[in-house]
Amino acid sequence: MPVKVQAEDFDVGAEINRLRLGRPDTGAVVSFVGQVRDLNDGEQVNTLTLEHYPGMTEAALENIIATAKQRWNIFDALVIHRVGELKPTEQIVLVAVSGAHRGEAFSACEFIMDFLKTEAPFWKKEQTPNGERWVEAKISDDAARERWNKI
Amino acid sequence: MIKVLYFASLREQLGVSTEEIRLSKPEISVADLVAELAARGADWQNLAANKNVRVAVNQTLVTNDAIIKAGDEVAFFPPVTGG
Repeated sequence: MPVKVQAEDFDVGAEINRLRLGRPDTGAVVSFVGQVRDLNDGEQVNTLTLEHYPGMTEAALENIIATAKQRWNIFDALVIHRVGELKPTEQIVLVAVSGAHRGEAFSACEFIMDFLKTEAPFWKKEQTPNGERWVEAKISDDAARERWNKI
Repeated sequence: MIKVLYFASLREQLGVSTEEIRLSKPEISVADLVAELAARGADWQNLAANKNVRVAVNQTLVTNDAIIKAGDEVAFFPPVTGG
């Protein structure tokens, strides 16, 4: 269950191919790509800086993937998350899940993303024309995670 | 000694990213540590008063009653905003 936290960009096609071709019995790969937006809370974002807690971040992501693997019949999962300075339209995160069929891969991919947003120690700071500001956690992200306890 | 880490907005408010602290007793709770830190002054009192502060001991999220002992790594940080 690979987890990568890195400053460098990633090649979505190459990562999906690796998952897809790793097991010939794979019938589905579901992926999510997050991108840096140039607008947040009504303000222009020039640069997004991502800080993380080395060690705990990787452990948290591995734990989330392990939980998804217990919950759904999936083959493998991959999380790549970038850190450092990013510009609008740059890729920030990739979650990809492989399995025999699409249903479980879709659910597991969304589950991993919802828990990443609320449990993996990353923090975003935005540089805007009016100065810099830390991004605040959203209640809607907590709600997105909580619904998995009810399903 | 324990290692204490501060991240993101907390790191900036407190002006410190990492420090070593000698424990007053062999074992203290997270709440005890926060109370000791709060005695340092106004910025540190905010650490105690801020209900949004998350705490990890040895890289696992914990609550205020968790126990800290020598050699542990304790981290304080705001709610996470990755993804």
